[in-house]
Amino acid sequence: MVQVHLTRHLFAYFPQLDGQLLEVEAADVAGVVRALETRAPGIGFYICDERGRVRPHVNIFIGKSMIRDRRNLSDAVSAGDKVSILQALSGG
Amino acid sequence: MSGKSVWIATRKGTFKVQKSGGRWQTALVGHLGTSVNYVARDPNTQRLWALLGHGHWGAKLSISDDDGATWRDNPAQVKYPEGARYIGQDMFEDATSEFGVGWKTNIRNATLLKLWVIGFGNDGAIWIGTIPGGLFESRDGGASFELNRPLWNHESRGGDLFNGDGTGETQWFGTPASEGGEFAPGIHSIAVDPRNPQRLLIAISTAGVLETNDGGRTWRSRNKGMTMEHNPDPEAEWGHDPHVIELCRSSPDHVWQQNHVGVFYSNNGAENWSKVSAPSDGVHFGFPVTVDAHNGKVAWVVPGQSDAQRMAINGGLFVARTDDGGASWRQQRKGLPQEGAYDIVYRHALDNSEDVVAFGSTTGNLYLSEDRGESWSAVSNNLPPIYSVKFG
Repeated sequence: MVQVHLTRHLFAYFPQLDGQLLEVEAADVAGVVRALETRAPGIGFYICDERGRVRPHVNIFIGKSMIRDRRNLSDAVSAGDKVSILQALSGG
Repeated sequence: MSGKSVWIATRKGTFKVQKSGGRWQTALVGHLGTSVNYVARDPNTQRLWALLGHGHWGAKLSISDDDGATWRDNPAQVKYPEGARYIGQDMFEDATSEFGVGWKTNIRNATLLKLWVIGFGNDGAIWIGTIPGGLFESRDGGASFELNRPLWNHESRGGDLFNGDGTGETQWFGTPASEGGEFAPGIHSIAVDPRNPQRLLIAISTAGVLETNDGGRTWRSRNKGMTMEHNPDPEAEWGHDPHVIELCRSSPDHVWQQNHVGVFYSNNGAENWSKVSAPSDGVHFGFPVTVDAHNGKVAWVVPGQSDAQRMAINGGLFVARTDDGGASWRQQRKGLPQEGAYDIVYRHALDNSEDVVAFGSTTGNLYLSEDRGESWSAVSNNLPPIYSVKFG
């Protein structure tokens, strides 16, 4: 299982995820987002645009490393990985 | 007057204004901390629709079926379909140019950059205007939204880019109003003819006004009489910057437009426009215009100090009303600050309902008049920047 950590900002829109231990079965980051979508319909369109790309001011980490493929989210994940999804500090 | 509500979309949430105990009072009803571009009630279903810009998380449609008490994301969101592309313009570094920069067009994949305006036909249709210039329609009460392809593929945009590269030329230019900062066209006005919901006028920054008479299957320009003194060709068909258009609900052939270069009026359904600016009365630049529902010759504007400054003229805020189709204007200043005011009122932030007129500014001031603008009072001076004010 892959453990998913979400920024608290997203709990404002998806309160059903707040306080849950989020563990999903997935082979890549795209799979993680698909798994989240089944638990919280609509969340995929918060994380990605309608082309499936990670939104410009959203970051996804596997462990301590930012994912490389923001277009197709093909970065592989495996059991025990921690995936973090958070907003970029791209403002002032 | 009881029961009349005003919906205020702001940089930090949705507010409802109602008269209670003899006073107009504001209440935050949703979307705390979120940028809200537009809030309006669908007169067919009474549902409230809010057009949100979440910044990091993108643009979203939010709905309320209990008069604003609770809100939720609409299950169907506006999404550009696979293959939707448009022609954009970019400046680039060009060492071969004597100026060091060049200007080139490119074809961009379309993604939703902003939900800007929503309109309702009395046939139940819901229309949404967006940046980068897509008009979306729903024929099932908002259960699904589809891009209007005849407009997206219009010859003025370079033709059908779903199936090829089109003509390579576009007459639709940009607005800086998109949430991501991308310079792209935006549809900010949707005027549905109450007599015939198959007829719509829309307005685009920057392109002009278009009309359909067949529910969106075909579109034609409606820019005759709109002039651009700054342009080498002042009467060019395209390149116009209407800031907003609104038609009279009881006599829809009367259409008003606050444009970047003045105020325009049409009494023949936008077939021809006449410039009715009155610079000596301060009526020229601005963003909003609203039309009386019963008399198409009556309209209000909130002028601003030139496009270079965009603030109240000489520090004194005023509304201007015409009762004669723009032949004359009268400034309405009573109750509004007359010194030290730097307010600017955005395109959707002025509305009227019977004798009540309301507007809000980016300074967070909300003013309301119960006597058609003769006198004003501040409902609030401390709201977030106001983007939209709509009765409903």
